[in-house]
Amino acid sequence: MKKGWGLTVYAVLFVAFVYGPVLILPLFSFNDNTFATFPLTGFTTRHYVDMLGQRQMIASLMNSLRIGLAVTVLATAIAIPAAISITRYRFPGKPAVLSMLMLPLVVPSIVLAVALLVIILRFLGLPLSLWTVAAGHVLVALPFCVSVLISRLEGFDQSLEEASRDLGCSPMQTFRRVTLPLAMPGVISSLLLGFIISFDEFVIAFFLTGTENTLPVYLYSQLRFPNKLPGTLALGSVILVVSTVLVITAEVIRKRGVQTDNPGDY
Amino acid sequence: MSDDTKTNRRGLFARGGLFADRARRREALTGIGLLSPALVVMISMLALPVGALVIMSFWTQNGFNLDTSFTLDNYRRLFARSDRVTEWMGMTFHLAYPVPAILMIKSLAMSLMATVAVVLLAYPMAYFLAFRVTRYKAAWIIMLTIPFWTSYLLRVFSWKVVLGYNGAINSGLMSLGLIDKPLEFLLYNPAAVVITLSHAWVSFVVLPIFVSLEKIDRSMLEAAADLGDSRSRRFRRIILPLSMPGTISAALMVFIPTVGDYVTPQLVGGNGGTMIGSLVQLLFTKQNNAPLGAAISLVMMGIIAVLVLIFLTLIGYWKMRARRAS
Repeated sequence: MKKGWGLTVYAVLFVAFVYGPVLILPLFSFNDNTFATFPLTGFTTRHYVDMLGQRQMIASLMNSLRIGLAVTVLATAIAIPAAISITRYRFPGKPAVLSMLMLPLVVPSIVLAVALLVIILRFLGLPLSLWTVAAGHVLVALPFCVSVLISRLEGFDQSLEEASRDLGCSPMQTFRRVTLPLAMPGVISSLLLGFIISFDEFVIAFFLTGTENTLPVYLYSQLRFPNKLPGTLALGSVILVVSTVLVITAEVIRKRGVQTDNPGDY
Repeated sequence: MSDDTKTNRRGLFARGGLFADRARRREALTGIGLLSPALVVMISMLALPVGALVIMSFWTQNGFNLDTSFTLDNYRRLFARSDRVTEWMGMTFHLAYPVPAILMIKSLAMSLMATVAVVLLAYPMAYFLAFRVTRYKAAWIIMLTIPFWTSYLLRVFSWKVVLGYNGAINSGLMSLGLIDKPLEFLLYNPAAVVITLSHAWVSFVVLPIFVSLEKIDRSMLEAAADLGDSRSRRFRRIILPLSMPGTISAALMVFIPTVGDYVTPQLVGGNGGTMIGSLVQLLFTKQNNAPLGAAISLVMMGIIAVLVLIFLTLIGYWKMRARRAS
């Protein structure tokens, strides 16, 4: 079959379209100018140095790191048994439960945010804080963690688990010695992806945070000030690099190890 | 947890009877038990809050006081008719408070345009990935996954930098001498919102479409080729129909959340590009009318749900007709 070049050209253009605008941020963050304009006027790292001096930014970075870690550990710990249940057990109503677990993916995040806001403020009477942000983030991270783990658990040979049971291991032993090690790449990528979701999430954090900011909320507050643009560009570039490194790590780990012929497991 | 739920499925107790029932019940209970933490999260942080939103929508806000007596006033206000006619985009609204209705229609239209653009942009890419890429497939997949995971806020913000008055396009064209003063129509309008939404969501659908294309049995294509079908015919009669369910569900995964998007209209929409999400945010903050905001978000969800159901029913109907015709 003759292979046309048309699609290859399209694919290259597509990647350029997807990456181009985003790469503008790091490009201008090294430009020696207070405006993000062409022509480039010279190379500088001073925007990055300035950024490090901003106490508020460092504080919101620490908040985001703390929330991200707590959220991803919690979401993954909840997602592991859920994914095992969905891939290994039969029970009535499973499709309904699975689609309910995926609901936060399709509900607009502003609806999730105001719904949580109403119940937290009016019905529970709790103050808004980083805890309420973390709670909201667990909700949005969970569907991702569950689906990463499901695709991993479906990807390896279940007869290994059956063998372990036949050889006299208890379910707990089978889980610790067979299932968990085999699922480990999935667990690690679930941890990394859950962290990224929380670290990058803006709308829920914007609504549910109290006096303290997360990094995206801080970034958003800086967008209003044109004179702070270079610092914002630098901060944005750092966030981009961090997420990219984490995603690549998560994806590489997920694909390594046990080979799979499940086409859904990409 | 019991250690024989699994083996019982096939062993002595496989066929009928009390033991099979008991084993199956035990399996079901263990399964639900393992799911329970996730269910607790979903119920306490999704179902109950949405329930609270529903209750809130039946209350009213009087200045600083929240009146908690049950009333349908918020909903009535959204649909109340009036002799005053508001015109927008050639449509006339006989509503006393037309802002939500106009913003809703506008949000649906913009979101629909973005969804169509996203699918049209992503499908050829997914096709390329599924049928043309043979080497470095994993690298391609990772490359297309990264943008999806990078901050949504930053992807939207980057368009502000690209399209802005002092932005990359304007300054680039000016330094090339193609224009004398910045083009003002680039940013702060509905088109900018649609472009930004398409860009921000396109990486979300490439992989689902790719998965549905990758699942297609290649021997069917070979059979069709052997029987003399041309490439375009193979695409129309095999690839397109078989990848349709995956493509449609990917499209819905874009359409539903983008209707209520808040970040994009806020950053690149300006006054002309506001959407319903901006109104909800305003009502919950500056305008201090959470009950009305709750009613609007629920009506929005309801309208989206109805539209999606109509769409899916139509698809089912077309499928049935197609089957009867063949």
